[in-house]
Amino acid sequence: MKSFRTDLHIHTVLSPCGDLEMSPLRIVLLAKERGLDIIGITDHNSTRQCKVVWELGQKAGLTVIPGCEATTREEVHCLTLFPDFDALNEFQDFLDMHLTIIPNEASLFGYQVVVDEDENILEEFHNYLGASLDISVEEVEQKVHELSGIFIPAHIDRPRNSLFSQLGFFPPELKVDALQISKLAEEIAVRQKYWIKPDITLVKFSDAHYPEDLGKTYTIFEMEEPSFAEIRRALKGEAGRKVIIPQ
Amino acid sequence: MKVSEIVEKLDLKVYSGRKGLDREISGGYVSDLLSDVMGNAQEGEVWITLQVHQNVMAIASLKDLAAVILVNNLEPHENTVRHSDDENIPVLGTSLSTFEISGKLYQLLNQ
Repeated sequence: MKSFRTDLHIHTVLSPCGDLEMSPLRIVLLAKERGLDIIGITDHNSTRQCKVVWELGQKAGLTVIPGCEATTREEVHCLTLFPDFDALNEFQDFLDMHLTIIPNEASLFGYQVVVDEDENILEEFHNYLGASLDISVEEVEQKVHELSGIFIPAHIDRPRNSLFSQLGFFPPELKVDALQISKLAEEIAVRQKYWIKPDITLVKFSDAHYPEDLGKTYTIFEMEEPSFAEIRRALKGEAGRKVIIPQ
Repeated sequence: MKVSEIVEKLDLKVYSGRKGLDREISGGYVSDLLSDVMGNAQEGEVWITLQVHQNVMAIASLKDLAAVILVNNLEPHENTVRHSDDENIPVLGTSLSTFEISGKLYQLLNQ
Protein backbone atom coordinates (compact mmCIF):
# COMPACT_ATOMS: atom_id res chain seq x y z
CA MET A 1 0.00 0.00 0.00
CA LYS A 2 1.06 3.58 -0.63
CA SER A 3 0.01 6.80 1.08
CA PHE A 4 -1.64 9.60 -0.87
CA ARG A 5 -2.32 13.09 0.49
CA THR A 6 -5.85 13.76 -0.66
CA ASP A 7 -8.02 16.88 -0.60
CA LEU A 8 -11.35 16.35 -2.38
CA HIS A 9 -13.00 19.67 -1.54
CA ILE A 10 -11.51 22.57 -3.50
CA HIS A 11 -13.26 25.55 -5.12
CA THR A 12 -12.08 27.38 -8.22
CA VAL A 13 -12.75 30.78 -9.76
CA LEU A 14 -16.08 29.38 -10.92
CA SER A 15 -17.56 29.43 -7.41
CA PRO A 16 -18.95 32.89 -6.65
CA CYS A 17 -17.14 32.79 -3.30
CA GLY A 18 -13.97 31.33 -4.84
CA ASP A 19 -11.02 33.71 -5.12
CA LEU A 20 -10.15 34.85 -8.64
CA GLU A 21 -6.65 33.57 -7.90
CA MET A 22 -8.03 30.02 -7.80
CA SER A 23 -7.40 29.31 -11.47
CA PRO A 24 -6.84 25.74 -12.68
CA LEU A 25 -3.16 26.49 -13.28
CA ARG A 26 -2.62 27.99 -9.82
CA ILE A 27 -4.48 25.15 -8.11
CA VAL A 28 -2.47 22.44 -9.87
CA LEU A 29 0.87 24.21 -9.27
CA LEU A 30 0.14 24.84 -5.59
CA ALA A 31 -1.20 21.34 -5.02
CA LYS A 32 1.99 19.85 -6.46
CA GLU A 33 4.24 22.32 -4.63
CA ARG A 34 2.54 21.64 -1.30
CA GLY A 35 2.63 17.87 -1.58
CA LEU A 36 -0.92 16.89 -2.43
CA ASP A 37 -1.30 13.72 -4.54
CA ILE A 38 -5.03 13.78 -5.26
CA ILE A 39 -7.39 16.74 -5.45
CA GLY A 40 -11.13 17.01 -6.03
CA ILE A 41 -12.65 19.99 -7.83
CA THR A 42 -15.96 20.84 -6.18
CA ASP A 43 -17.45 24.18 -7.14
CA HIS A 44 -20.93 25.08 -5.95
CA ASN A 45 -23.53 23.36 -8.12
CA SER A 46 -21.37 23.30 -11.24
CA THR A 47 -18.82 20.91 -12.72
CA ARG A 48 -17.77 23.15 -15.58
CA GLN A 49 -14.25 23.97 -14.40
CA CYS A 50 -13.26 20.35 -13.78
CA LYS A 51 -12.04 19.43 -17.25
CA VAL A 52 -9.35 22.10 -17.48
CA VAL A 53 -8.02 21.27 -14.01
CA TRP A 54 -8.02 17.56 -14.89
CA GLU A 55 -6.06 18.21 -18.11
CA LEU A 56 -3.46 20.29 -16.29
CA GLY A 57 -3.30 17.62 -13.61
CA GLN A 58 -2.57 14.97 -16.23
CA LYS A 59 0.42 16.99 -17.47
CA ALA A 60 1.69 17.67 -13.96
CA GLY A 61 1.24 14.15 -12.59
CA LEU A 62 -1.53 15.14 -10.20
CA THR A 63 -4.69 13.06 -9.87
CA VAL A 64 -7.78 15.27 -10.26
CA ILE A 65 -11.22 13.91 -9.38
CA PRO A 66 -14.07 15.87 -10.99
CA GLY A 67 -17.26 16.72 -9.13
CA CYS A 68 -19.09 19.53 -7.39
CA GLU A 69 -20.47 20.67 -4.04
CA ALA A 70 -24.22 20.32 -4.46
CA THR A 71 -26.71 22.33 -2.38
CA THR A 72 -29.87 20.32 -1.69
CA ARG A 73 -33.30 21.90 -1.16
CA GLU A 74 -32.70 21.64 2.59
CA GLU A 75 -29.50 23.67 1.96
CA VAL A 76 -27.25 20.80 2.91
CA HIS A 77 -23.89 20.97 1.11
CA CYS A 78 -22.73 17.63 -0.30
CA LEU A 79 -19.57 16.64 -2.16
CA THR A 80 -20.30 14.65 -5.30
CA LEU A 81 -17.39 13.03 -7.16
CA PHE A 82 -17.43 11.07 -10.39
CA PRO A 83 -15.31 8.32 -12.02
CA ASP A 84 -15.28 9.83 -15.53
CA PHE A 85 -16.51 12.72 -17.65
CA ASP A 86 -19.52 10.84 -19.05
CA ALA A 87 -20.91 10.51 -15.53
CA LEU A 88 -19.88 14.08 -14.72
CA ASN A 89 -21.63 15.50 -17.77
CA GLU A 90 -24.79 13.60 -16.99
CA PHE A 91 -24.69 15.02 -13.48
CA GLN A 92 -24.22 18.50 -14.97
CA ASP A 93 -27.45 18.04 -16.95
CA PHE A 94 -29.14 17.05 -13.69
CA LEU A 95 -27.80 20.21 -12.00
CA ASP A 96 -29.01 22.37 -14.89
CA MET A 97 -32.46 20.84 -14.54
CA HIS A 98 -32.71 21.40 -10.79
CA LEU A 99 -30.83 24.59 -9.88
CA THR A 100 -33.13 27.36 -8.64
CA ILE A 101 -32.79 30.24 -11.06
CA ILE A 102 -31.56 33.40 -9.32
CA PRO A 103 -29.57 35.94 -11.38
CA ASN A 104 -26.05 36.37 -10.00
CA GLU A 105 -25.20 39.84 -8.74
CA ALA A 106 -21.43 39.66 -9.16
CA SER A 107 -20.80 42.75 -7.05
CA LEU A 108 -22.47 41.04 -4.07
CA PHE A 109 -21.78 37.34 -4.56
CA GLY A 110 -18.63 37.33 -6.71
CA TYR A 111 -17.78 36.42 -10.28
CA GLN A 112 -18.60 33.00 -11.71
CA VAL A 113 -16.24 32.29 -14.56
CA VAL A 114 -14.73 29.32 -16.33
CA VAL A 115 -11.14 29.93 -17.44
CA ASP A 116 -8.78 28.00 -19.67
CA GLU A 117 -5.34 26.69 -18.75
CA ASP A 118 -3.78 30.09 -19.47
CA GLU A 119 -6.30 31.82 -17.19
CA ASN A 120 -8.28 33.40 -20.05
CA ILE A 121 -11.96 33.74 -19.25
CA LEU A 122 -13.95 31.39 -21.50
CA GLU A 123 -17.41 31.88 -20.09
CA GLU A 124 -19.29 33.70 -17.36
CA PHE A 125 -22.31 32.17 -15.67
CA HIS A 126 -25.22 34.43 -14.87
CA ASN A 127 -27.37 32.24 -12.65
CA TYR A 128 -26.21 32.28 -9.03
CA LEU A 129 -24.41 29.00 -8.31
CA GLY A 130 -24.82 29.40 -4.56
CA ALA A 131 -28.57 28.86 -4.91
CA SER A 132 -30.05 25.53 -3.91
CA LEU A 133 -31.30 22.68 -6.05
CA ASP A 134 -35.03 21.95 -5.87
CA ILE A 135 -34.52 18.33 -4.79
CA SER A 136 -33.87 16.59 -1.49
CA VAL A 137 -30.57 15.33 -0.11
CA GLU A 138 -31.76 11.75 -0.74
CA GLU A 139 -32.61 12.51 -4.38
CA VAL A 140 -29.14 14.00 -4.97
CA GLU A 141 -27.51 11.00 -3.28
CA GLN A 142 -29.51 8.55 -5.40
CA LYS A 143 -28.53 10.32 -8.63
CA VAL A 144 -24.84 10.33 -7.65
CA HIS A 145 -24.92 6.62 -6.85
CA GLU A 146 -26.86 5.84 -10.06
CA LEU A 147 -23.88 7.40 -11.89
CA SER A 148 -21.39 5.33 -9.82
CA GLY A 149 -20.23 8.47 -8.05
CA ILE A 150 -19.13 9.13 -4.48
CA PHE A 151 -21.42 11.07 -2.13
CA ILE A 152 -19.98 12.82 0.94
CA PRO A 153 -21.97 15.38 2.98
CA ALA A 154 -19.63 18.37 3.44
CA HIS A 155 -18.33 20.05 6.63
CA ILE A 156 -20.85 18.24 8.83
CA ASP A 157 -19.65 20.01 12.00
CA ARG A 158 -20.47 23.50 10.71
CA PRO A 159 -23.44 25.42 12.15
CA ARG A 160 -24.90 26.09 8.72
CA ASN A 161 -25.29 24.24 5.43
CA SER A 162 -24.38 20.96 7.05
CA LEU A 163 -26.34 17.73 7.23
CA PHE A 164 -26.77 18.15 10.99
CA SER A 165 -27.50 21.89 11.09
CA GLN A 166 -30.16 21.62 8.41
CA LEU A 167 -31.70 18.26 9.27
CA GLY A 168 -30.96 17.84 12.96
CA PHE A 169 -29.77 14.26 12.73
CA PHE A 170 -28.68 11.66 10.19
CA PRO A 171 -31.61 10.98 7.80
CA PRO A 172 -32.44 7.27 8.11
CA GLU A 173 -32.52 6.46 4.39
CA LEU A 174 -29.42 8.38 3.28
CA LYS A 175 -26.47 6.33 1.98
CA VAL A 176 -23.14 8.12 2.33
CA ASP A 177 -19.66 7.02 1.26
CA ALA A 178 -18.12 9.16 4.02
CA LEU A 179 -18.75 12.38 5.95
CA GLN A 180 -16.40 15.36 5.62
CA ILE A 181 -15.35 17.32 8.69
CA SER A 182 -13.97 20.85 8.45
CA LYS A 183 -10.37 21.84 8.86
CA LEU A 184 -10.40 22.69 12.57
CA ALA A 185 -12.65 19.81 13.64
CA GLU A 186 -11.42 16.80 15.60
CA GLU A 187 -12.60 13.40 14.46
CA ILE A 188 -13.32 11.94 17.91
CA ALA A 189 -15.21 15.02 19.12
CA VAL A 190 -17.36 15.12 15.97
CA ARG A 191 -18.16 11.41 16.26
CA GLN A 192 -19.31 11.90 19.84
CA LYS A 193 -21.25 15.09 19.28
CA TYR A 194 -23.29 13.74 16.37
CA TRP A 195 -23.43 10.06 17.43
CA ILE A 196 -21.76 8.91 14.23
CA LYS A 197 -21.56 5.15 13.97
CA PRO A 198 -18.07 3.62 13.78
CA ASP A 199 -18.80 2.07 10.37
CA ILE A 200 -19.17 5.53 8.78
CA THR A 201 -15.85 6.86 7.47
CA LEU A 202 -14.85 10.44 8.27
CA VAL A 203 -12.53 12.48 6.07
CA LYS A 204 -11.09 15.98 6.48
CA PHE A 205 -10.69 18.29 3.47
CA SER A 206 -9.80 21.96 3.07
CA ASP A 207 -12.90 23.48 1.40
CA ALA A 208 -10.28 25.85 -0.05
CA HIS A 209 -11.56 29.09 -1.57
CA TYR A 210 -8.17 30.88 -1.51
CA PRO A 211 -4.67 29.82 -2.55
CA GLU A 212 -3.42 29.98 1.05
CA ASP A 213 -5.93 27.30 2.10
CA LEU A 214 -4.46 24.73 -0.28
CA GLY A 215 -2.28 21.93 1.02
CA LYS A 216 -2.74 22.44 4.76
CA THR A 217 -5.77 20.22 5.20
CA TYR A 218 -5.95 16.72 3.77
CA THR A 219 -6.66 13.09 4.53
CA ILE A 220 -4.15 10.31 3.94
CA PHE A 221 -5.53 7.58 1.69
CA GLU A 222 -3.65 4.31 2.02
CA MET A 223 -4.29 2.32 -1.14
CA GLU A 224 -2.67 0.80 -4.23
CA GLU A 225 -2.81 3.72 -6.66
CA PRO A 226 -4.31 7.21 -6.99
CA SER A 227 -7.51 6.27 -8.83
CA PHE A 228 -11.24 6.77 -8.33
CA ALA A 229 -11.80 3.03 -7.84
CA GLU A 230 -9.10 2.89 -5.17
CA ILE A 231 -10.53 5.97 -3.41
CA ARG A 232 -13.87 4.21 -3.19
CA ARG A 233 -12.22 1.07 -1.77
CA ALA A 234 -10.19 3.08 0.75
CA LEU A 235 -13.36 4.84 1.97
CA LYS A 236 -14.87 1.39 2.54
CA GLY A 237 -11.70 0.14 4.22
CA GLU A 238 -11.45 -2.77 1.81
CA ALA A 239 -8.56 -5.25 1.84
CA GLY A 240 -6.19 -3.27 4.03
CA ARG A 241 -6.95 0.08 2.47
CA LYS A 242 -7.87 2.91 4.82
CA VAL A 243 -8.08 6.64 5.34
CA ILE A 244 -6.28 8.50 8.11
CA ILE A 245 -6.99 12.05 9.26
CA PRO A 246 -3.62 13.53 10.38
CA GLN A 247 -3.63 14.72 14.00
CA MET B 1 -56.54 26.36 21.71
CA LYS B 2 -56.66 23.16 19.68
CA VAL B 3 -54.98 22.53 16.32
CA SER B 4 -58.39 22.14 14.68
CA GLU B 5 -59.28 25.70 15.70
CA ILE B 6 -56.23 27.26 14.07
CA VAL B 7 -56.90 25.18 10.94
CA GLU B 8 -60.31 26.77 10.75
CA LYS B 9 -59.40 30.30 11.75
CA LEU B 10 -56.23 30.55 9.63
CA ASP B 11 -57.69 28.62 6.71
CA LEU B 12 -54.94 25.98 6.76
CA LYS B 13 -54.76 22.92 4.57
CA VAL B 14 -54.46 19.58 6.42
CA TYR B 15 -51.98 17.32 4.62
CA SER B 16 -51.75 14.53 7.18
CA GLY B 17 -51.93 13.47 10.83
CA ARG B 18 -55.67 14.20 11.17
CA LYS B 19 -55.90 12.16 14.35
CA GLY B 20 -53.78 14.85 16.01
CA LEU B 21 -56.15 17.73 15.25
CA ASP B 22 -57.40 17.85 18.84
CA ARG B 23 -53.89 18.44 20.22
CA GLU B 24 -53.65 21.44 22.51
CA ILE B 25 -51.34 24.31 21.45
CA SER B 26 -48.97 25.93 23.95
CA GLY B 27 -47.31 28.42 21.56
CA GLY B 28 -45.38 28.68 18.33
CA TYR B 29 -41.81 28.30 17.07
CA VAL B 30 -40.34 29.46 13.75
CA SER B 31 -37.14 28.01 12.29
CA ASP B 32 -35.82 26.24 9.21
CA LEU B 33 -32.75 24.80 10.90
CA LEU B 34 -33.80 21.46 12.33
CA SER B 35 -30.86 21.45 14.73
CA ASP B 36 -32.20 24.70 16.21
CA VAL B 37 -35.71 23.27 16.59
CA MET B 38 -34.28 20.21 18.32
CA GLY B 39 -32.61 22.47 20.83
CA ASN B 40 -35.16 25.22 21.35
CA ALA B 41 -38.75 24.28 20.50
CA GLN B 42 -41.01 23.50 23.47
CA GLU B 43 -43.65 20.82 23.94
CA GLY B 44 -47.04 21.66 22.44
CA GLU B 45 -45.78 24.38 20.11
CA VAL B 46 -46.79 24.78 16.49
CA TRP B 47 -43.69 24.78 14.28
CA ILE B 48 -43.70 27.04 11.20
CA THR B 49 -41.13 26.07 8.55
CA LEU B 50 -40.35 25.66 4.87
CA GLN B 51 -38.52 22.34 5.36
CA VAL B 52 -40.50 19.38 4.00
CA HIS B 53 -38.03 16.58 4.78
CA GLN B 54 -39.11 13.55 6.80
CA ASN B 55 -36.71 14.52 9.61
CA VAL B 56 -39.19 17.31 10.39
CA MET B 57 -41.61 14.72 11.75
CA ALA B 58 -39.00 12.91 13.80
CA ILE B 59 -38.15 16.19 15.50
CA ALA B 60 -41.81 17.17 15.92
CA SER B 61 -42.33 13.82 17.62
CA LEU B 62 -39.17 14.10 19.74
CA LYS B 63 -40.23 17.53 21.00
CA ASP B 64 -43.91 16.53 21.20
CA LEU B 65 -45.01 19.49 19.08
CA ALA B 66 -48.70 20.12 18.41
CA ALA B 67 -48.44 20.55 14.62
CA VAL B 68 -46.23 21.69 11.75
CA ILE B 69 -47.23 24.46 9.32
CA LEU B 70 -45.54 24.50 5.91
CA VAL B 71 -45.43 27.96 4.32
CA ASN B 72 -45.48 29.26 0.73
CA ASN B 73 -47.70 26.39 -0.55
CA LEU B 74 -44.88 23.89 0.07
CA GLU B 75 -46.02 20.29 0.23
CA PRO B 76 -44.63 17.62 2.55
CA HIS B 77 -42.47 14.81 1.19
CA GLU B 78 -44.32 11.46 1.05
CA ASN B 79 -42.23 10.06 3.93
CA THR B 80 -43.09 13.14 5.95
CA VAL B 81 -46.79 12.43 5.39
CA ARG B 82 -46.33 8.81 6.48
CA HIS B 83 -44.52 9.78 9.69
CA SER B 84 -47.12 12.46 10.40
CA ASP B 85 -49.90 9.87 10.19
CA ASP B 86 -47.90 7.40 12.31
CA GLU B 87 -47.18 9.98 15.00
CA ASN B 88 -50.57 11.70 14.86
CA ILE B 89 -48.93 15.11 14.51
CA PRO B 90 -50.70 17.13 11.80
CA VAL B 91 -48.80 18.66 8.89
CA LEU B 92 -50.67 21.78 7.81
CA GLY B 93 -50.12 24.13 4.89
CA THR B 94 -50.66 27.75 3.94
CA SER B 95 -50.05 29.91 0.90
CA LEU B 96 -48.80 32.67 3.21
CA SER B 97 -45.14 33.42 3.92
CA THR B 98 -43.51 32.63 7.26
CA PHE B 99 -43.80 36.29 8.30
CA GLU B 100 -47.51 36.51 7.56
CA ILE B 101 -48.62 33.21 9.06
CA SER B 102 -46.48 33.77 12.17
CA GLY B 103 -48.11 37.15 12.71
CA LYS B 104 -51.58 35.71 12.36
CA LEU B 105 -50.87 32.76 14.65
CA TYR B 106 -49.30 35.03 17.28
CA GLN B 107 -52.33 37.27 17.25
CA LEU B 108 -54.72 34.33 17.49
CA LEU B 109 -52.89 32.69 20.39
CA ASN B 110 -52.62 35.96 22.32
CA GLN B 111 -56.21 37.16 21.99
